[in-house]
Amino acid sequence: MGSVAQTLGGRSGLWSSQRTTAVLRHLALRGAAVVYLGLLVALPVLAVITKGFGDGLGTFRDAMATPAAWAAIRLTLWTSTVAAGLNAVMGTLLAWVLVRYRFPGRRLLSTLIDLPLAIPTLVTGVMILALYGPNSVFGRFLDDLGIRILFTPIAIVIALCTVTLPLVVRNVQPVLQELDPAEEEAAATLGAGPQATFRRVVFPAIRSAVVAGTLLTFSRCLGEIGSVILVAGNIPKKTLTAPVFIFQLTSQFKPAQAAAVATLLFGLSFVLVLVTSRLIARNEASA
Amino acid sequence: MSTPIVVEGLTKRFGSFEAVTDVTFTAPAGAITALLGPSGSGKSTVLRMIAGLEEPSAGRIVMDDEELTVKSVQERRVGFVFQHYALFRHMTVAENVGFGLRVRKQDKTVREARVRELLELVHMEPFADRYPEQLSGGQRQRVALARALAPAPRVLLLDEPFGALDAKVRQDLRRWLDELHRELGVTSLLVTHDQEEALELANQIVVMHEGRVEQVGSPGEIYDRPATPFVAGFVGAANVLHGEVVGGHIHLGSIRIPGAAQLPWGETLIAHVPNDDLVGVVEGDTIHVDLRNPKAFLVGSETSTERADVSART
Repeated sequence: MGSVAQTLGGRSGLWSSQRTTAVLRHLALRGAAVVYLGLLVALPVLAVITKGFGDGLGTFRDAMATPAAWAAIRLTLWTSTVAAGLNAVMGTLLAWVLVRYRFPGRRLLSTLIDLPLAIPTLVTGVMILALYGPNSVFGRFLDDLGIRILFTPIAIVIALCTVTLPLVVRNVQPVLQELDPAEEEAAATLGAGPQATFRRVVFPAIRSAVVAGTLLTFSRCLGEIGSVILVAGNIPKKTLTAPVFIFQLTSQFKPAQAAAVATLLFGLSFVLVLVTSRLIARNEASA
Repeated sequence: MSTPIVVEGLTKRFGSFEAVTDVTFTAPAGAITALLGPSGSGKSTVLRMIAGLEEPSAGRIVMDDEELTVKSVQERRVGFVFQHYALFRHMTVAENVGFGLRVRKQDKTVREARVRELLELVHMEPFADRYPEQLSGGQRQRVALARALAPAPRVLLLDEPFGALDAKVRQDLRRWLDELHRELGVTSLLVTHDQEEALELANQIVVMHEGRVEQVGSPGEIYDRPATPFVAGFVGAANVLHGEVVGGHIHLGSIRIPGAAQLPWGETLIAHVPNDDLVGVVEGDTIHVDLRNPKAFLVGSETSTERADVSART
């Protein structure tokens, strides 16, 4: 750029002062971005890891030595896995229905899907309590059948599925929209049945979107507290999830233990974010 | 071995709208038949019904003495080429071409040999490992054609195959398809709105308008003896003159033609003079129009599409 300006005329003095300002502006912008990210993300992460490992691995090991800690981590991991798996399948199905079918109420359905993101998760928790609680018709009906939902891991999975519902749908939907229905028709004329067409033509095209949406769902589930804390019952070693456990530890003035569990959760989420962003980047490159 | 495609009384309704009405024609074995008409004339719908991509409201389709209407798309064994190629974007050229053999559980060595053979046929062997997005429009359509031909279909259905290509490529591909068809001799049905394309490629043309067949004939017949005012106006660059019957004379502008005593008073007519007949005409030339020569004049009713023979000379 500099050379272009110089060939345009001997005004290099003026140019270089403009250049200095430009460089300064870039530095200021970049600096602001780095400081902001640092304050909001990097420093707190550093703080929690330092706290978690306190005086080395010892603190971490001591904190994790309580059976409740491991049980909480395990519970969070498996309920998140189930919820992510369910929403992977149902989210893809919903996206498919929204893209490929025109029917009355389609708009309403589309709005309903986004609702869980818009409302506070605590409210979602209250809604689940209201539906499955012993005072509701539905809750009583299930009770009569001997099915208990509230204060069991099932309630946790329901809460997680509700809260993360839009993630897979909204990841897959735009990719499906871009898929030419003629590709499926071509597959059919070439002899492929509906199953083979989905497996060989549709799914490969939306695969990375499904996986990205599922990983996003999973990492969102790992941290969910608002809805879970209301419906899980929070019984240690039974229905006490890791985020709720961390919340209890901090309110019981056990910051070191809280930080240790938090560090583990953070590690898991971090790996997931890395994988997800890589997948999304690949998805965009191929689209 | 090729088979004719017999279409009888094919009708398609979308809700209360009738897109295709009572379409009947036979596409002769081993020939190229063009379904020609403006957009919205129902020609693509006819093609899609033959492929099984659309279900007819009435009528039947017969191939190899076999009623196709009740069969699924997969069972019909037709090759279909789409306007926008519809290649599988996450598969290479070779995988695209081999798809039909793969889903029919063909042996891998057989499949690979067939894929090679077809890529050679469409001159795409150097691109076997490319992805569709790395190819030009013309190349994509050649791959699509190879993919459609790979499972040895009984008939080839082409839906505006050159519609998305620019004029130069379209010309080249048209010539190339012509040669390819001579080599393979597979019964082909080509949907197009481009009359030049139909006249150049097809052995037989089915002209469609508003869901109905206007005329079935060879390119020569369609061009020289259009059966209806619509065909006259749509095919070829023709001058269409509007006239009226007044007291046994046909009035065409300032020309009065006697000998129309059999036509009712007030009947409106159109006359059709192909531009080809006027080639080389310069200012001051005297023009003789022979009304008995059907090449020069069509006289038909605008309302009834019935032909009326007029024997007169100006």
